[in-house]
Amino acid sequence: MSAAAGAVDSRRHGPTRRISRRLAQFVPTIAVFFGVIIAWELLVTALDLKAFLFPRPTAIVRALIDNWGGGNYGLVLSWRATVVEAIGGLVIGTTAGVLVALATSRWASARDALMPIAIAAGAVPIVAFAPLMNNWFGTLSPLSKMMMAAALVFFPVMINVTRGLVQVEPASIELMRSYAATEWTVLRKVRVPNALPFFFTALKLATTLSLIGAIVGEYFGGLSLVLGRIIVQSSSALRFDITWAAVLMAAVTGIVLYLVVVAVERVVIPWHASLRGQGI
Amino acid sequence: MSDRTPIPVVRLQGIGMVFSVGDQPTTVALEGIDLEIGRGEFISLIGPSGCGKSTLLRIIGDLIAPSSGTATVNGKPAAQARRDREYGIVFQAPVLFDWRSVEENVRLPLEVMGYSSTRQAERSRAMLDLVELSDFGGHHPWQLSGGMQQRVAIARALAFEPSILLMDEPFGALDEMTRERMNQEVQRIWAQTGTTIVFVTHSIPEAVFLSSRVVVMSARPGRITRVIDVDLPRPRTDETRESERYFELVTDVREALRGGEHDPDRPAGFASARRTAGEGAVG
Repeated sequence: MSAAAGAVDSRRHGPTRRISRRLAQFVPTIAVFFGVIIAWELLVTALDLKAFLFPRPTAIVRALIDNWGGGNYGLVLSWRATVVEAIGGLVIGTTAGVLVALATSRWASARDALMPIAIAAGAVPIVAFAPLMNNWFGTLSPLSKMMMAAALVFFPVMINVTRGLVQVEPASIELMRSYAATEWTVLRKVRVPNALPFFFTALKLATTLSLIGAIVGEYFGGLSLVLGRIIVQSSSALRFDITWAAVLMAAVTGIVLYLVVVAVERVVIPWHASLRGQGI
Repeated sequence: MSDRTPIPVVRLQGIGMVFSVGDQPTTVALEGIDLEIGRGEFISLIGPSGCGKSTLLRIIGDLIAPSSGTATVNGKPAAQARRDREYGIVFQAPVLFDWRSVEENVRLPLEVMGYSSTRQAERSRAMLDLVELSDFGGHHPWQLSGGMQQRVAIARALAFEPSILLMDEPFGALDEMTRERMNQEVQRIWAQTGTTIVFVTHSIPEAVFLSSRVVVMSARPGRITRVIDVDLPRPRTDETRESERYFELVTDVREALRGGEHDPDRPAGFASARRTAGEGAVG
């Protein structure tokens, strides 16, 4: 993989060279990104597309600036409310997923009973429960959106972490057995560290899912100053420049949350095969 | 015989092991195994694949329970000996934890057993010195070669001064050159620590070079067919591998292995033709 090749290179050169090389890696991506934006702008103008189909990127930026702190749509306030819901849901769903995984990995019979159900439930389109969540936890309460996000986050976290706790090399369990180690010690010294890479894989998925959960929950009603409501209201008012601005904010938030997880992952499990040579 | 003392560390009496999977016919892996291992001995278990030599090692270490018979270690049942932390184990794979540095891997058993942190540091340093990896304590396992990783595994197994070291084909995955170097290393460590070693291998030269006694086993059911005393002088060196007596013993072990194989398809004269082919591995 390219990450491994980069790691080998970085050992041969100094830190400055390494950073500039790392940045050089992203040049094509950045070029493509701005290329698409410019093409979009030019095509909309050239083909004279209607603004409600495709607002020009400059119009979206204008809408973003105009409604940032005020205007008819308070984007920053809405963004903050949605992020609180998403992160709240992320925390609730991840905590529940990890706790259930710890329980199922401890008791094999519980695992045998629960895993097929969990995997089946993971395949259910959980967003369909959004109106029910509003009903259960209060349409106007952010808790109903958090629970929507938590429900989406729970299954991948629980399934992945369970795998990480259970899929341990049998020889390492035998090794611990030869030390007369207790189950608790095996959990702390072998199973949990073994599960960490699985946990981070799930967490990267979960950041995106938590935003989806929060925004879809908002679509079905609640307070108006949230990104989901902004998207619904602005699009029904044919202000698609605002809709796009809100979508853009959600997208950037998703990417930033993902990158935060990646950064934490690098600090916590620098020993993992996919990260070797980048941290240590 | 030269390395034996009268106090037995391991006593196996009538050990049998039967595996049955569901309604499949049962496999008799081990049958009627009697063996005594004295303090400070170096015992090799050798035999064709599937002769149950690894199973026997696991029974001694109480990683599995035998179907019949008793395993006694230092005068107590194997299960009690395991709880008393009498065993150091080295597997074919090093089984090092990637999230721990080399030094932390060596510390693992000491942490589990509640050694003080100063004692942990002392012991892990001493063990890394012993396997000549003092400069690699801060490295991570994946940064080491296969032979070095296996030396870390040996250091870890000896860190808490177990009275018996169980080694399950520890050098099976290494190339021949590395394996010979590791054999020297193990001999040195054995002489330095005085630990009793039970060593499973399918390499005849390795068994002869290292052991005070070679226990030859037959396949299905796994039985002890012969026990060969290795009277080569110590320390054994590269010259030992070229000595007359060494070749005689290698031939002895090979013939003992053939005797136990009972292969009806082998054409007459095949065995003697292969005898001249030099050293090799079985299984």
